[in-house]
Amino acid sequence: MSVATEPAGPAAGLATLALRLLALDPAGSVLVLRAPPGPGRDQALRFLGAVLDARPQRRCPVGIDEDRLLGGLDLTASLSAGRPMVARGLLAECDGGVLVVPGAERLGGRLAALLAAALDGGEVTVERDGVSRVSPAAIGLVLLDEGIDEAPPDCLLDRAAFLIDPASLASAGALPEVSLGSLRSARAQLASVRTSAAVREALCATALAFGIASLRAPLLALRAARGIAALDRRRETTLADAEQAAMLVLAHRATRLPEQPAEASPELPTPSAGEAEQTGSEEALTAGEATTRVLEAARAALPPDLLAALTAAAARRASAAAGRDGSARPSVRGRRVGSLPGRPGEGRRLDLPGSLRAAALWQTLRRRQAARDGAKVRDGLIVRPGDLRVLRCEQPRRTTTIFVVDASGSAALNRMAEAKGAVETLLSECYRRRDRVALIGFRGEGAELLLPPTGALARARRCLAALPGGGGTPIAAGLDAAGALACRLRSRGDTPLIVLLTDGRANVARDGTRDRGRAQADAEASASVLRGAGIAALLIDISPRPQSLAQRLCAAMGGRFAALPQGGQAVGAAVRAAVAA
Amino acid sequence: MTALEAVAGRDSRSAARRRAYPFSAIVGQDEMRLALLLACVDPGIGGVLVLGDRGTGKSTAVRALAGLLPAMAVVVGCRFNCEPGGDPAECPDCALRGHHDVGHAGVPVVDLPLGATEDRVVGALDLERALSHGEKRFEPGLLARAHRGFLYIDEINLLEDHLVDLLLDVAASGESVVEREGLSVRHPARFVLVGSGNPEEGDLRPQLLDRFGLAVEVSTPAELDQRVEVLRRRDAFDTERDGFLDAWAGEEDALTRRIVAGRAALRGVTMPAAMLEQSARLCLSLGTDGLRGELSLLRAARALAAFDGDAVVGEAHLRRVALPALRHRLRRNPLDEAGASPRVERAVAELLGA
Repeated sequence: MSVATEPAGPAAGLATLALRLLALDPAGSVLVLRAPPGPGRDQALRFLGAVLDARPQRRCPVGIDEDRLLGGLDLTASLSAGRPMVARGLLAECDGGVLVVPGAERLGGRLAALLAAALDGGEVTVERDGVSRVSPAAIGLVLLDEGIDEAPPDCLLDRAAFLIDPASLASAGALPEVSLGSLRSARAQLASVRTSAAVREALCATALAFGIASLRAPLLALRAARGIAALDRRRETTLADAEQAAMLVLAHRATRLPEQPAEASPELPTPSAGEAEQTGSEEALTAGEATTRVLEAARAALPPDLLAALTAAAARRASAAAGRDGSARPSVRGRRVGSLPGRPGEGRRLDLPGSLRAAALWQTLRRRQAARDGAKVRDGLIVRPGDLRVLRCEQPRRTTTIFVVDASGSAALNRMAEAKGAVETLLSECYRRRDRVALIGFRGEGAELLLPPTGALARARRCLAALPGGGGTPIAAGLDAAGALACRLRSRGDTPLIVLLTDGRANVARDGTRDRGRAQADAEASASVLRGAGIAALLIDISPRPQSLAQRLCAAMGGRFAALPQGGQAVGAAVRAAVAA
Repeated sequence: MTALEAVAGRDSRSAARRRAYPFSAIVGQDEMRLALLLACVDPGIGGVLVLGDRGTGKSTAVRALAGLLPAMAVVVGCRFNCEPGGDPAECPDCALRGHHDVGHAGVPVVDLPLGATEDRVVGALDLERALSHGEKRFEPGLLARAHRGFLYIDEINLLEDHLVDLLLDVAASGESVVEREGLSVRHPARFVLVGSGNPEEGDLRPQLLDRFGLAVEVSTPAELDQRVEVLRRRDAFDTERDGFLDAWAGEEDALTRRIVAGRAALRGVTMPAAMLEQSARLCLSLGTDGLRGELSLLRAARALAAFDGDAVVGEAHLRRVALPALRHRLRRNPLDEAGASPRVERAVAELLGA
């Protein structure tokens, strides 16, 4: 992540501008700091702290629970005060300032949704444990994303205005001094900054040209343009502001390179005559010319290796979505995710602290009532059946079926279409059981994770339908990829199941060379690794007639064997058996 | 911890009632707007599910409903939003008092936040009274607050299963029953359930899907001028709120009047036998499960006719509501989600003509 070769100046300038904009108007604003821990990141946070000007900047502990984030009833204080006392949550404590979220790429879906709700509403709504209140929580977020294997949740990325790589700050040396006084007056002026139709159209068109679907992107860019104007003590946004805003907000979201810049202009609607919002010298510019300028500015801010970065980002995002899904629902391992009213038994375990907590609140009431009813009141806690709480982690572990599909030339010749049909039968089976699925395809030189684990089975189907065929048969690569994924899933508490669809005729060795003998040996070696790891597997032979190669491979995997001619129903039964085993 | 406050302390809920983005100023998203308006005309339509891309104004539209609906008559002092002249035995507050004053209140659009716990959803003993006075008093929950209005759940696919089950149960029965600490409370809770979510986060449970009367899909507009218009209005709303709201007040009023007129006309709308037959045929050809599809379709068509000021339900009405009423009920290959809408469209074109 070194930027030694890049000029530190402009990048650092943009990064500090983003931080100043965040500090100028934090409410609802998100900035992603994409870098591993290091001096650049620290420098960025220090700079933010300085420009935040005594507004709160709090760090969200990794794995924070909902009680602490949202706030809620404080039991001890309530009991000693004799009336309900509420502890403010972290979100409310950050009101007016910024919450720094480390490990944002591992943030759970629910936590992310709670943060998103606070960003959108500027307040936090608590409806928990007898407490009902709305507290102001106009916060901004800094997501610390180490940028390695996963990405922060989509719902937060969609709201993210800025993404900066703070490495540029570290190499830029000392950060610029910012006058807090001028920042304050900029803040006061922000609300009165007006935007022009040309700026709005240019930002919208630029976002479209970069293939940015979300409407939040141009909205955030417009907001940034207003902020830039305010920092500059102006009441109108100019095209230069829009250029900078596009560099800051739109460039990092690009999903494709714009086509010929000249082509973008004729499509643009010219601003209607009624709109007399155009300003100053820019009145002369047509909407098309304005767009071209903004587009070119944003293009200059694109990372040089955009396409490679795009592919990587897509993969990161996809696997991130998969990783988060697991935490979205209370199904994870033994970890306690909350408590529910209910009696213990039938696999449900008593939540003792939760039950005591529930009982404690009602002691005054119960004593009085007992006294009134003339019952003898003993010392100690009066517990009623309704107080009992059970731990919420009762859901069974989830199965993820990893389809490993042979898309090689020989398989294509044989029965690719039927193989796809078999997978669809299996998918229906998975849907019924609420399983998740992943899809790995192998052909030519290697294997590819086509679909990371997901609960959206319709995507799996689309993905499979689009699976290309042809080339060699690198079975070993396919099995290795499946094994790695299976181990990852297992470490998260999922139960992986590998379904391999192949004719068993490996002809590409692990190192990519075409050698039938070595390929076969490699495939069997990979298969036995799976067996050693104890991963349940099923091999579906898609060759025209069952043959020894596939059966040998299957035996090495320690899996079950099914041949396609038996038809979909038999395949479904085989999967059920494999899962049960 | 210094941040302790008594519950009765500061609460910004009143401040949160700042005026929302006007419903009529939403750009595009015709299907979603129509579905929500139909639910305003006939709250018995069975709830609206909005699925689609991020940043398409799902939440904005739902929250805008509060500003659109005419104030409703309520019993003063009733915590359950009871309608004056209703059966007082239905409601614990009204039953206590003989004489009912009539007041007016805005139609509630209640947010069910993701972190909500069950006791706050259904209501429970008033903690304050129990702790300080040792007194037993029922504190109504969100379901009571939403009575006669809307209950909105954003990210419905992230809500815990037991809460979803509970909501579905109440939405179907129209009343909420609480048994706690020897307190037995039963109160009306009739609300329009509006859920929104992003299908990419995972599928919704099939039984949940089926409970919604209408399901609409939203997507980001692809045309530049529409996008520019969204940006322009949002920017105007953010920076010149008062002026923007004033500018849209006329449209909002007109829409409100249409809803009021539609409600009044609803009972008088005739449903010809031919339409019953057409809708049965449509559902048969699509193979929808059970009768819920037909009932939703007819109900939505009737609401649309009333909203449009038509006295008789015609094929045009059926055509316009067929997609939202049926797309989520196809006895489908569960994986063929993407193909549900085209299938309905095709069947509609075949049976009702284009």
